[in-house]
Amino acid sequence: MKLPIYLDNHATTQCDPRVVQAMLPFFTDHFGNAASRNHSFGWAAEEGVENARKQIADLIGATAKEIVFTSGATESNNLAIKGVAEMYAERGNHIITAATEHKAVLDTCKHLEKQGLRVTYLPLKGDGLVDLDMLRDAITDKTILVSIMYANNEIGVIQPVKEIGAICKERGVLFHTDGVQSVGKIPVNVLADNIDIMSLTAHKMYGPKGVGALYVRRRNPRVQISAQMDGGGHERGMRSGTLNVPGIVGFGKAAALCQELMPVEMEKHRAMRDRLRAKLESNLEETYINGSMEHRLPHNLNMSFAYVEGESLLMGINDIAVSSGSACTSATLEPSYVLKALGLGDDLAHTSIRFGIGRFNTDEEIDYVGNKMIEVVNKLRELSPLWEMFKDGIDLSKVEWTAH
Amino acid sequence: MAYSDKVVDHYNNPRNVGSMDKNDPHVGTGMVGAPECGDVMKLQIKVDPATGIIEDAKFKTFGCGSAIASSSLATEWLKGKTVDQAMEIKNTEIVNELALPPVKVHCSVLAEDAIKAAINDYKKKAVPAEVNA
Repeated sequence: MKLPIYLDNHATTQCDPRVVQAMLPFFTDHFGNAASRNHSFGWAAEEGVENARKQIADLIGATAKEIVFTSGATESNNLAIKGVAEMYAERGNHIITAATEHKAVLDTCKHLEKQGLRVTYLPLKGDGLVDLDMLRDAITDKTILVSIMYANNEIGVIQPVKEIGAICKERGVLFHTDGVQSVGKIPVNVLADNIDIMSLTAHKMYGPKGVGALYVRRRNPRVQISAQMDGGGHERGMRSGTLNVPGIVGFGKAAALCQELMPVEMEKHRAMRDRLRAKLESNLEETYINGSMEHRLPHNLNMSFAYVEGESLLMGINDIAVSSGSACTSATLEPSYVLKALGLGDDLAHTSIRFGIGRFNTDEEIDYVGNKMIEVVNKLRELSPLWEMFKDGIDLSKVEWTAH
Repeated sequence: MAYSDKVVDHYNNPRNVGSMDKNDPHVGTGMVGAPECGDVMKLQIKVDPATGIIEDAKFKTFGCGSAIASSSLATEWLKGKTVDQAMEIKNTEIVNELALPPVKVHCSVLAEDAIKAAINDYKKKAVPAEVNA
């Protein structure tokens, strides 16, 4: 077993060596511009791009023409939301999203609010799921778009996308979903799931960084999006800019591999995740699972280890790459807004760890992580005045703290 | 973020971890911070009543590595000082010793607060005790 161990696969994934192999010829041999229509260099590049477009479309049940390539999911989310807001401005000015969305969605919505649009940020239920009745009530005749992520990047909770899509369809509102954490990991089908627009990125599914896509439905309904960048009118006028051919070829290969391996990987990762959870829960008291366990990505575990601060925990397990919802690990010094949206107190948010299992993890690594976590949590609890008070039967919620 | 060698050393080998009887008249206890803020420090001193010298110091900290190191270092510095000397310890000295980055300066502030809180607790308790004697 090699150290350090990478268990932060919601942040990014290792590029699969098969993906790298598929990309290499497009740097040196087939380096043409995919928009060059009049020579063989351009044709080879175009062929690579169109093959990838088909591979990605196949993975999500779309047609190749519905895939628009971008630089990544942040751009895709911006393009989807701003593009719809602009295109459908005459129809309405209201967008609905949720409190636990990625910043690329939330900050895009805030940007539009400054320009006069109205945005509703739905609160979440305690398990992290959207309340469908609340969504129904939030839709008005001015609503043009609902943007709810497929699965959350911190807690891995899978939203009732199909039901959300059905509500949107019934009310004539477009439905955008950020599919970054779910596509390639669990079955996603834009038709069955009633999705109109979906953001994707390659690097979360064992592809390269710097390439993403937006699925834009062409039929029933035909979705239109205003381009957010002016230029040569590539990608059916929705996204100008010379295509990142090697990146796109890698993205396509990554999609094909995910489609092929998904049934096996889902079960393998679920078994690893459950093994890690069982080990931690049977050896440590006062652990808490954050978010629904029932509606969750098979490779995600998000747990709070009460009375142990997240950053100090990460420091103790420095040969393991995971992330924490603790304030100290964020640039803003605020604990995770996702965990807070579930109604979790700041004290538990500070003690949370996110484990993200991926293609290249082994059972041996999972056991190592489990053992190391137990050792470090116990060590830090010996150091923790809160643990001592808890053991003495003191109710910490009744203590008067000197907040700073 | 990379930690300084001294922070890592205190984190791996924290000095003077533990608790003393907070009802002992010669023990002063300071507890500062809040769980919601992600930092709670408990710092205790035991003072020799004859000399006014801090003969022992203990800490327990819930917080990041820098918070643990700041309080661990504080206990080292406290031992052997008089109460008045201990009052003079400044957070900036902790920042310098541990090479804390700006974002971690609050950990040193908290440690200074904990020292002062422990001394004040000791003084509050010690005064009536000595009057009685």
